[in-house]
Amino acid sequence: MAVTQETPATSGPRAATPAASGSTRRIRRRGEGLMGAAMVGPAVLLLIVFFFVPVALCFALAFTNARLISPEPAKIIGFENFSRLFGDPVFWKALRNTFYFAVVVVPLQSGFALLLALLVNARIRGVNFFRTMYFVPVVTSIVVVSILWKFMYQPDGLINHMLGALTFNVVQGTDWLNNLTAAMPAIMFMSIWQAVGFHMVIWLSGLQTIPGELYEAAELDGAGKWQQFRYITWPGLKATRTFILVTITIAALSLFAQINVMTQGGPLDRTSTVVFQAVRVGYGQQETAYASTISLVFFVLVLAVSLVQRYLTREKG
Amino acid sequence: MTTLDQAQAPSRAAPAAEKTRRPGLRRAGGYLVRFLLVVFFAFPLVFMFMSSLKPDEQIFADLSSIKAFLPVGDISLANYTGVFDTVPAGRFLLNSIVITTLIVLVGLLVNSMAAFALSRMRWRGKSVVLAAIIATLVVPFETFALPLLWWVNKLPWFLFQGGQLYYTTGWLDTYRVQIFPFLANAFSIYLFYSYFQSIPTTLDEAARVDGAGWFRIYRSVVMPLAGPAIATVAILTFLPAWNSYLWPLMVVQSENLRPVMVGISYFQQLKVLWGQIMAYSTLITIPVLVMFLALQRQFIRSIASAGVKG
Repeated sequence: MAVTQETPATSGPRAATPAASGSTRRIRRRGEGLMGAAMVGPAVLLLIVFFFVPVALCFALAFTNARLISPEPAKIIGFENFSRLFGDPVFWKALRNTFYFAVVVVPLQSGFALLLALLVNARIRGVNFFRTMYFVPVVTSIVVVSILWKFMYQPDGLINHMLGALTFNVVQGTDWLNNLTAAMPAIMFMSIWQAVGFHMVIWLSGLQTIPGELYEAAELDGAGKWQQFRYITWPGLKATRTFILVTITIAALSLFAQINVMTQGGPLDRTSTVVFQAVRVGYGQQETAYASTISLVFFVLVLAVSLVQRYLTREKG
Repeated sequence: MTTLDQAQAPSRAAPAAEKTRRPGLRRAGGYLVRFLLVVFFAFPLVFMFMSSLKPDEQIFADLSSIKAFLPVGDISLANYTGVFDTVPAGRFLLNSIVITTLIVLVGLLVNSMAAFALSRMRWRGKSVVLAAIIATLVVPFETFALPLLWWVNKLPWFLFQGGQLYYTTGWLDTYRVQIFPFLANAFSIYLFYSYFQSIPTTLDEAARVDGAGWFRIYRSVVMPLAGPAIATVAILTFLPAWNSYLWPLMVVQSENLRPVMVGISYFQQLKVLWGQIMAYSTLITIPVLVMFLALQRQFIRSIASAGVKG
């Protein structure tokens, strides 16, 4: 991002450069530092109290025995929480489930979103209607969506009736959310249904940055639709691609509301996730310290994803 | 197809002829796919809305036929009135409206002022603040939600009653704990900042020469030009505030402080009255849906800008 300002904020009046006109400069100086601090102050204060301190606490509390509500002050207990974490089978299940969800949802959702974006990028009548309709689930709350699908996924629910009707009773449904192998895929399907429109719009904005002349030229050269996609669209979406992969991955790793509303981690911890575990421990059992340890693992995962993003966006220079 | 023609180069007539022969079928196919996708995305919501109008027995009876998606049979608003009899849903709605409005409005003010100071003014430590704000962008709320829960329980609060100042500890189970953590938003600051960078400084320098102060330049010169950024930030803070779930679930115990999403999640655990649950779901979805349909271009542009900037 280009800084069009003068010099990027070195301290004090020494920074005056010959490039700018002297008179306006002198007027600007007076009280500027104070006023600047006053205007940025509220936001900075709020970010310190409600962002930086809790993030720091996440690291600090992981080494203590802090409880949410306790008459005694927290004591430092070293790496005890971490050894407990490594020996906690439920945590490992949650971690595995979280990866399972991410590994399936990330490619499916980003691919489906790209397909939708291509469909609504065409110059056809009614394209706005289609965009709007595909986007509607995104503005519906995930809590409402989870409750609704929980109802539809019941053994005698809408999904099983529709499956029967559409396949002439060849496919038999199941008790989706209580089935050991079907529960997680059912949640994945619903999550993709809800969120795919969001990423469709982001792909779409990427598609619209590709100049139309490129396609016209390709058409003159006799390139087919697939070749146009392969040699114009795909390379043109490079920046969008990285962004979409990172946001979907982080969202997938943060899976919580669906689990809390639909399954509470069941059946047999098959749908428990890292964030769900952190909440269950830190809020349900009031063990803030251990929940911080779990959050720390989540933090490391997210950090790893964004470092990969840094790496991917850097290579193009 | 006509690969041979294409290989022999400049016969432009062939693709042109092809275009006139096949577009009808092809376009129809394209529309069919797009319409099936509309059905795919809409059917659960249509089902939700239609079920909200029916008694429970009829919801289940209609499941096996197309009637599940049609307003047929014993249609009434009984479920809607039922919701208000069962829980204080009006109170939940009011709570969410107040909390969301405050987060959006105060957020717009706080974040745009910060962005203005970062974009337009020179002061000590600016580059550090800017870098810190950008660094926070990648950290999702879930990473520090539980330490934050512990932390807000230790925060002080001052009350001024009857000429005396009272001091209390602990923010749990209040309105403020649902609002304050979400006012300052690094992403909003960043969106405002990049928008302000695109507004030429010649305008505020002119105002400055005319004797306008910094706050005046912010209020009367820069903000009136920042309409698109204001709309984007408003939409991007409105949605998560209205839909917020994880945080109020943990910090709110009293029923009268509950926002809509926590309200409904308790409601569906309380009683299995699907008609009422669908009515409540419809009720809290409609405000957002109406706003989205009215401002859909703005919505879609906002989401898109979130992608481009990232």
